[in-house]
Amino acid sequence: MNSSPLITRRNLIRSTVGLAAASAVPLPAWAKGQSLTHARQGFGEVSGERIALTVDSHHFGVGGRSGHAVAVNGTVPGPLVRLREGQNVRIDVTNRLAEDTSIHWHGLLLPFQFDGVPGVSFPGIKPGETFTYEFPIRQNGTYWWHSHSGLQEQEGHYGPLIIESATPDPRYDRDYVVLLSEFTPVHPHEIARKLKVGEHYYNYQMQTATEGEMSLEERLMWGRMRMNPRDISDVTGATYTFLINGHGPMDGLEYLFTPGERIRLRVINGSAMTFFNIRIPGVPMTVIAADGKDVEEFEVDEFQIGTAETYDVIVTPPDGSHALVAEAMDRSGMGVASLTSHKGHRAAPPPLREPVTLTMADMGMGSMEGGEGGHGGHGGHDGHGGMNHGSGDAMAGMDHGSMDHSMRDTSKLPDNVKVGPGLDMVAPMPVDRMDFPGLGLDKVDHRVLRYTDLKAKRPNPHRMPTRQLEIHLTGNMERYMWSFDGRKFSAVTDDPIRFAYDERVRVKLVNDTMMAHPIHLHGHFFELVNGAGMMNQPLKHTVVVQPGGTATFDVTANEPGDWAFHCHLLYHMHAGMMQTVTVRPFPKAGEGA
Amino acid sequence: MKTALALPLILFALPAAAQDHSGHTGHEGHTEEPAKAPAKAPAPFKLPDMTGAPQMDHSAHQVGDLPSGPPPAEAFEGPQHAADAIFGAEAMAAARAENHATHGEMKTGTVMVERLEARVADGHDAFLWDVQGWYGGDIDKFVFKSEGEGEFGGSIEDAELQALWGHAIGPFFDLQAGVRLDVEPETRSHLVLGVQGLAPYMWHVDAAAFLSDRGDITARVEGEYDWKLTQRLILQPRAELELSAQDIPERDIGAGLTKLETGVRLRYEFAREFAPYVGVGYEAKLGETADIARLAGEDTDGIALLLGLRAWF
Repeated sequence: MNSSPLITRRNLIRSTVGLAAASAVPLPAWAKGQSLTHARQGFGEVSGERIALTVDSHHFGVGGRSGHAVAVNGTVPGPLVRLREGQNVRIDVTNRLAEDTSIHWHGLLLPFQFDGVPGVSFPGIKPGETFTYEFPIRQNGTYWWHSHSGLQEQEGHYGPLIIESATPDPRYDRDYVVLLSEFTPVHPHEIARKLKVGEHYYNYQMQTATEGEMSLEERLMWGRMRMNPRDISDVTGATYTFLINGHGPMDGLEYLFTPGERIRLRVINGSAMTFFNIRIPGVPMTVIAADGKDVEEFEVDEFQIGTAETYDVIVTPPDGSHALVAEAMDRSGMGVASLTSHKGHRAAPPPLREPVTLTMADMGMGSMEGGEGGHGGHGGHDGHGGMNHGSGDAMAGMDHGSMDHSMRDTSKLPDNVKVGPGLDMVAPMPVDRMDFPGLGLDKVDHRVLRYTDLKAKRPNPHRMPTRQLEIHLTGNMERYMWSFDGRKFSAVTDDPIRFAYDERVRVKLVNDTMMAHPIHLHGHFFELVNGAGMMNQPLKHTVVVQPGGTATFDVTANEPGDWAFHCHLLYHMHAGMMQTVTVRPFPKAGEGA
Repeated sequence: MKTALALPLILFALPAAAQDHSGHTGHEGHTEEPAKAPAKAPAPFKLPDMTGAPQMDHSAHQVGDLPSGPPPAEAFEGPQHAADAIFGAEAMAAARAENHATHGEMKTGTVMVERLEARVADGHDAFLWDVQGWYGGDIDKFVFKSEGEGEFGGSIEDAELQALWGHAIGPFFDLQAGVRLDVEPETRSHLVLGVQGLAPYMWHVDAAAFLSDRGDITARVEGEYDWKLTQRLILQPRAELELSAQDIPERDIGAGLTKLETGVRLRYEFAREFAPYVGVGYEAKLGETADIARLAGEDTDGIALLLGLRAWF
């Protein structure tokens, strides 16, 4: 049952694992009248100037779980779309589903009408229809594509997208895609319902009488605020099987190499809801790109990748078999593959680590995590000291009344934030958390990636923003409501976020929730304001805003049209955490930034 | 008497009401987009962190120096929807409607059998059900509740059904208003006004006042807490207090506190939706109601062993 999705520069050997999951699954209601075939695990490759993709209903099974899937060209994930910088491409997408579909090319610069968001960039693709996307390829790097219709992305409608550089890249000998995702046999609408009606339905890592190290006093404080310190992921390994290139942890996926080779791993988080911690124990990773854009190289032992982000790393593993581990941030499961120089040898993955518990810092209490461990070793940020309004202990001992009040002090919000049932918390002292490596990675004893490590390899044009904009990420965990500035997408139909064409804006995202949100802007790259200096701020299409913290980016709005802007956690977007960004006016022919 | 009774009820509802009001009264007035209302000078939202945030240490550019007003006028130039010109306004309008409906307007619901139990006490073994469900969106819901009990082999002694409109009044509480119909011990209808939600310390609270078709006012407050012993083994203390604003002779009820029902239930969640439990319950008639029972030669309190099921879908 081994498979090796080896991609050399120009060809890719299809990973066609015949899963022994020929179990007789009764036809679900939504599939009545259709004879469904099993979608293959893993993906083939399509390339060239003319590409055809077909979206269809299938069955899919992995790791003992099987159910309905939406597959593209018969596989989950869908095919690797391999393009070359400078080419033109025409992609015909045919919809064989009984419902509308779409494909969004995540991270690509293109005319807005081909961005693939129904209701924003185009009408969507009706059942039986073929829609032709046509655009020039203006960039290179590691990206991905996925449905932007309903919750199809959860069902398998996603795949990798790689754009070869116009100039050869001599930094590596072998090139692999590591596409992370999840599979669940549960229909995504049912998951959405469970999130609305069930209290932490998928969370089996709550603090209990017998589990968790918090003192009674701390527990009472969290309870008083009606917050759950183990609220790390909404949907977990309780229903998800975590996949690497469509393969579950028991499938024995292998990445083969010859000792001495430099291997480029293109890590893509194509999941619906999961942040992953990526590590190859014993093998350091050199980060060369983030979200498809080259960064100054630096070495880490582990990094957290938010939903919809991509990181490219180069590894040079010694002879042997090494576990490539994609541990879910909440540690409810992992995706596993073997990076091996011996075909058929599986590396033993390390065990799952202890569940993560939120801290005061995740409540937006400023840099409070100093109490137990904290993050040592970045002298550059000692400036925080001034915001330290007391140690964790002092805070825990604080009068509970005033604490409770301060967790939803709506007077701290700007006027444009709508206060209502959809907002259960206001971060009292939100600080920039660009130096936070991600929940659970702040206390590991090896090198981890922080946004403050990222520096653009090629200098950006130096330009000052002329305006600043603050957007609050708001939510209510109990009601499972999510929004920007307290307003769900359904409430801001005709009230977009407006940028003038070629305007440069500094956008500060303030996270008034205790979850990390990967915020994605379509059609643009923004620059993280991470201390790298104006010329070297890293370019990204998705930024993780850490719980109770802020993240700031500069964006030059030089792509005219209408663009989606949303949290890339699928069920957060579905609940309303989305907006439209309009860039106007359209430049006259011949003009351009 | 009636006002005196209303007081504890209001106090109970206070956490919800307090939050809610700060929200609604304070901000209802200006829900319009700030982008289109550039009238007053932008007041940059200043947080205590802004002077010390890490990016300031490294970047020469001070966030606070930038204006935070509306976008330049040209950003408001047409078209309102860029895709209309390419795909047609009609096709885009339909897609937009669908898009908005699927990003925040989900309607859903659930039915929960909170308690379906046998109550074993010396002499008389009884059964009880306590069911509720809802359907709707984030803010407005249709809620129904049903509760009742009876003796095994005997008849149903109490049975009621409520149909309510639930409206979110704060992050954690819903206001509920509607009607209640008693089927047993006699047919009676009531108007219902109450609150339900999550109180501090994670107590699930349901408090309601009832006005019967005879003009009688009664009230009921319930609270329960899920204490996780393990991920699936949960101990639930629960208490319910009933009150009456007046004597109700035909139900042997005296004015004041009328009944207390407490219990602890230990359930095991084989699945979240399916959790059998065992427990022990203590019930007592209170005040004048207890006196009435005592005069009639009845027990005023008792302990029962509980065996039941908590289930939902």
